[in-house]
Amino acid sequence: MSTTALDEQAPPAVGAPAAPVRPRRPGRKRLGPGRPVPYGWAIGPLLLLALWAAGSGLGLVDARSLPAPWTIAGTAGDLIDNGKLQSHLATSAQRALLGLLFGVAAGLVLALVSGLSRLGEAVIDGPVQIKRAIPSLALIPLLILWFGIGETMKVVTIALGVFVPVYIHTHNGLRTIDNRYAELAETVRLGRLAFVRHVVLPGALPGFLLGMRFAVTAAWLALVVVEQVNATSGIGYMMELARTYGQTDVIIVGLVVYGLLGLVSDALVRLVERRTLTWRRTLAG
Amino acid sequence: MAAHTGGLTETGGRTTVRIENLVRSFGERRVLDGLDLSIAPGEFVALLGRSGSGKSTLLRALARLDHEVAGSGGLTAPDHVSVVFQDARLLPWKRLLDNVVLGLDGPSARERGRAALAEVGLAGRERAWPVELSGGEQQRVSLARSLVREPQLLLADEPFGALDALTRIRMHALLRRLCERHRPSVLLVTHDVDEAIALADRVVVLDRGRIAADLPVDLPAPRRHGSGEYAALRGRLLARLGVDLAEEEDAA
Repeated sequence: MSTTALDEQAPPAVGAPAAPVRPRRPGRKRLGPGRPVPYGWAIGPLLLLALWAAGSGLGLVDARSLPAPWTIAGTAGDLIDNGKLQSHLATSAQRALLGLLFGVAAGLVLALVSGLSRLGEAVIDGPVQIKRAIPSLALIPLLILWFGIGETMKVVTIALGVFVPVYIHTHNGLRTIDNRYAELAETVRLGRLAFVRHVVLPGALPGFLLGMRFAVTAAWLALVVVEQVNATSGIGYMMELARTYGQTDVIIVGLVVYGLLGLVSDALVRLVERRTLTWRRTLAG
Repeated sequence: MAAHTGGLTETGGRTTVRIENLVRSFGERRVLDGLDLSIAPGEFVALLGRSGSGKSTLLRALARLDHEVAGSGGLTAPDHVSVVFQDARLLPWKRLLDNVVLGLDGPSARERGRAALAEVGLAGRERAWPVELSGGEQQRVSLARSLVREPQLLLADEPFGALDALTRIRMHALLRRLCERHRPSVLLVTHDVDEAIALADRVVVLDRGRIAADLPVDLPAPRRHGSGEYAALRGRLLARLGVDLAEEEDAA
């Protein structure tokens, strides 16, 4: 194989070495926010925790309204020791995952059908937009009449909350794929299936993943609500029961668990985003 | 109107492209108005014209990208046509090699893709992402993607229009070399008279949807700006494009 093309043209170096560091001139202020503070994200929460601890320790905070952090930690320990927390958490996680699974599948399939054919769009997009105008949680009375108060109703409610953001963002991702890529696909003679595989799906992936982040939040939100409707297990039920007995510490343990679940799931989706969208070099880096 | 038949006589009746009385209209406006053009196998034709003269419309007709454009006339083009667009048009989510072999199958496709990347001076960059490349490098990948398909006809729509002057000179040399090796027929759309003279065997000027001039470029191998023949040809082409060279030099 010949490489004569290289003879008189060395390709310009990519990722050229950083420019030499110039001494900072006095009197010129940087306008951007500057370099990030190491572990900066932890400073705010830790400060809040310190305030809370100080308030409880000095007796400024009424323990009945807001128990001290160490009381909460102790309660969490007890709940883990007697296995209650794990069992409630398992039930909650199962509901959320099932709802997420069905919701994402439905949103994805509908978005593909609606994004790839004008007929599909005419049939699907209108009803989805109508569904979007009705808050999922307002459907709960109807869903209870249809599915009872069992698990089905809970999973369906979560799935209904999840499929809308997945649909909206995936559909938008599909519609905003540059038409020039379709033209390119024609000139290299891609078939319909190959076009979907090489151009449409990867092009819609960023939109889908953004939809996933909203979907995960929607799943937890719906979970909180359905677990306070006639549930006999789950984190929401545990908190509802604690309200009846005035156990503020248990309620706060539940809130912390919900918060952690939200953070972890969002971090997971972002990890997937980073792994699959390495081709994008955006400001986020 | 200068109906061109040179390709027919020169090659004993073989042509890669034959266009007869081609008409393409957008609404009331006839962008191509009874155009005739032939291109011989291996011939490098540059298509010059002012903006709006129908250059891109003609190219898109040859690439069969004009689905919804009204028109008539005869158009014969080979099956294997490759297009180089003004933007490199690489899929940002595919690595360079996957971009080059897009739509090709068969066991040797990736091997040929690697060879094509090496030909344009990007050996070893198979796994790079398009966003990591400079504009000139991206356009070289786009050339590799076109040539790996061994086209009978290569269509190029102002492929170097977005590049800086130095990169453009390098790309000219590269394109010439690649065309000498692969021998496709080439139709290069450009508005740069010097680019047309530097690259083409024949320069065709499009005006109001028809061929207004069709001139062979018979200059000796290194085509230098200084030579008298070069200046004469350049002057004739510019005049056809409506630029009075005397005025241009007065201004300079």
